[in-house]
Amino acid sequence: MTAKEKEQKKPVPPLGTWVPAVALGWLIPGGGHFLLKRPGRGVLLLLAITGMFVCGLMMRGYMFQPQTGDLLTTLINTGGFIGDLCGGLLYLMTVAFGYGQVDTPGHVHDYGTKFLVTAGLLNLLAMVDAFEIAAGRKN
Amino acid sequence: MLKMNLSHFEAAFLFALFTSVVLGVVTRNNDRDRLHYGIYTFVCFAVALFGLGWLMYLGHR
Repeated sequence: MTAKEKEQKKPVPPLGTWVPAVALGWLIPGGGHFLLKRPGRGVLLLLAITGMFVCGLMMRGYMFQPQTGDLLTTLINTGGFIGDLCGGLLYLMTVAFGYGQVDTPGHVHDYGTKFLVTAGLLNLLAMVDAFEIAAGRKN
Repeated sequence: MLKMNLSHFEAAFLFALFTSVVLGVVTRNNDRDRLHYGIYTFVCFAVALFGLGWLMYLGHR
């Protein structure tokens, strides 16, 4: 193994150092950054991700349900469901309050669906960032 | 619940704005670089938006 490979393969830090930040980051967008004492970045993440999710709801976006069938159906619906799920508390509250928009044609609904999934995926990026900060790999 | 009825441009603009903020926050190591990267990402989205818009307009003439 070369020195560069050794340098790239960093050991996984103990669970206690990063799990709370990542879990809180999943539940509340930017929550991990608040826990790690990065409130400025936490506020930006909270506003951007929550704003995007709420816009998606106001555009009456469709929430994906995992479905099996042909490859494309499975990929789109399961991938979309995972993206929605990454929204954390926003997703859980939306489901708990009975939001049930059917998949309707029209560009506004279509954008809404993309907004909901992208908000979840951006939250996933924020969780990865929180992990790297907690692990000491990033400032 | 309030309902939003946005045009393609408004929806894509909002999408670019939110996405750029998050990408700017999570990708760089200091605030100055984060700001620059956020602005850079937003400009890239805007250029792609106008470029594709014109391409589709010219393609349908």
